[in-house]
Amino acid sequence: MIECKNIAKIYKNREIETRALKSASFIINDGEFVAIMGPSGSGKSTLMHIIGCLDTPTSGQYLFDNKDTSKLSDDELADIRMQKIGFVFQSFNLLPRATVLRNVTLPLVYAGVSKEKRENIAKQALLCSAFPEKFWKHYSNQLSGGMAQRVAIARALVNNPMLILADEPTGNLDTKTGEMVLDTFQRLHQEQGRTIVLITHEQYVAEHAERIIHIRDGNIVEDGKVMNRRVINNFNHNATK
Amino acid sequence: MKIQDIFQETCIAFLSNKARSGLTILGIVIGISSVIAMVSIGQGASGQIQSSIEGLGSNLLTVSPGFSQQGSGFVSQGRGSAQTLKNDDVDTLLQVVGVAFVSPERQGRYQIISPIGSNTNSTVIGVSPEYAQVRNVSVANGSFITESNVRSIGRVVVLGPTVAADLFEDQDPVGKTIRINKLNFKVIGVLQPKGSAGFFNPDDTIFVPLTTMQKILAGGDYLSSIAISVETKDLMPQVQQEATIALANKHLIDPQSPDFSIVSQADIVGAATQVTDTFTILLAAIAGISLIVGGIGIMNMMLTTVTERTREIGLRKSIGAKKRDISIQFLTEAVMLTFFGGTVGIVLGWIISMLVTRFTGIATQISVQAIVLAFGVSAVIGIIFGYYPARRAAGLNPIEALRYE
Repeated sequence: MIECKNIAKIYKNREIETRALKSASFIINDGEFVAIMGPSGSGKSTLMHIIGCLDTPTSGQYLFDNKDTSKLSDDELADIRMQKIGFVFQSFNLLPRATVLRNVTLPLVYAGVSKEKRENIAKQALLCSAFPEKFWKHYSNQLSGGMAQRVAIARALVNNPMLILADEPTGNLDTKTGEMVLDTFQRLHQEQGRTIVLITHEQYVAEHAERIIHIRDGNIVEDGKVMNRRVINNFNHNATK
Repeated sequence: MKIQDIFQETCIAFLSNKARSGLTILGIVIGISSVIAMVSIGQGASGQIQSSIEGLGSNLLTVSPGFSQQGSGFVSQGRGSAQTLKNDDVDTLLQVVGVAFVSPERQGRYQIISPIGSNTNSTVIGVSPEYAQVRNVSVANGSFITESNVRSIGRVVVLGPTVAADLFEDQDPVGKTIRINKLNFKVIGVLQPKGSAGFFNPDDTIFVPLTTMQKILAGGDYLSSIAISVETKDLMPQVQQEATIALANKHLIDPQSPDFSIVSQADIVGAATQVTDTFTILLAAIAGISLIVGGIGIMNMMLTTVTERTREIGLRKSIGAKKRDISIQFLTEAVMLTFFGGTVGIVLGWIISMLVTRFTGIATQISVQAIVLAFGVSAVIGIIFGYYPARRAAGLNPIEALRYE
């Protein structure tokens, strides 16, 4: 469970203070699929960094799994990221000169999982993200955007995290491959009950979630269920096989 | 993060940048190999000088007569020409604790003629049998001067190998008769070659019994030098001091201004090795500079790598890598580079010093210390020059690193 209590974040650059977040409060329960939506400069990236334990708030309280992150050291935050959070980035951030399998096993290397176990877990994760088996030994820079993002999703899943945090996951993809990725998220949510937080600036993308938190100028302006949820139930995710 | 994972990451990093890693390693290879080669040349030179001086006899003290001035108006013959060392000084020296052997010597230079007609001019030394022990000479053929030769004022001679070759070419000289200063002497032995020790060539000498030298060839019962062999190296300063006092008392003079001087072989070796040590340090310092340049090359490469892989570092941090994981990874890369470079450099340095010996004849000596030192230095260089880039990588903020273009 994630709980934000009056979170504010102020960046100080010499004399200029930037109030990226003013006062944000909300709760995300386990098993929810939430989209955080706002235009650029609204503070959604800052919020994502705080939710993802990459940063801590200037004031207010952020409770991740009932732990106040502002009291944790860098290494303790790194431990939380390793064990409980899976990141999916807009620009994939895969290791370019490494195979798909090595990319997916990378978090397990830092978790200290033995080499034999790693591959099995990674293969499971790749199956979950519907990544075709014939590309497993390919280098990640040979993959198309949609394929690369599925590798990234598999990498996010590999530690069996409490939360999947996706930062504009469809930003670099065309509509069709974007839908494939969103379908993957919906399935993970539906079939495995994963908690997913999706950061986006597109209404269309946000409508794939169950709930949307609107953020503008560092404040939460709207928080509610999606009325006409887009569900890609019949999308054939094996089309590329 | 496990050790084998760190190694795997490191190998992948090297392989993805083969040319750059190779050139960086080359910098270290050149540094280490030149240190090894230069030190081996320096140590070879000092080892050669030391062994040739020690070849003249081990733990050796040499007593030489001092300066003599019979009075104003006389022409002085300079230091060492005085006739103050006598045969009975030997007995005095034998009383000193720690003395193993004492070898009285009387030196002269004469024309020597062989039965086959060739002749030479060489140093003739009148010796007692102790000479062989003290001066570390051994006989190749025949025998050395014996006690009975000395007692009977025998007309026998032992040839140095150079003289033997000059006089007899390839014939066996033992048993033949040669003429020294127009007197007949029977050759009873030929010595093993020892090699030249700088200005003095011990192979170009011949030996006769001391009594024969003093009574027949030269005349006068004084000695030109006395060589003392000391039991152990540690006793040398003590024996030198006590021998000075004993001889001064015997000569009835003040030990502060004796009419003789005692020179320790250690002094000569010390002076000679001091020169070669300076030489070695100079060579090593020049080579050391190239090692530092190699180290800077490592740092340069690591800094480039850190900048190039900023996003990757950000990603690694976001998926749970700790500061320690990142800094160890980059430090390992730097240390592995120097480790490879060091290993190849040691082998190359070894080959270079062997080639130097082979083609120039300069003696070289690879010591274990030099190898250990070079290895240690290369590891330390890897840590020092890798530390700053590694710390910089570890200190990156994951958010900014992920945004880095």
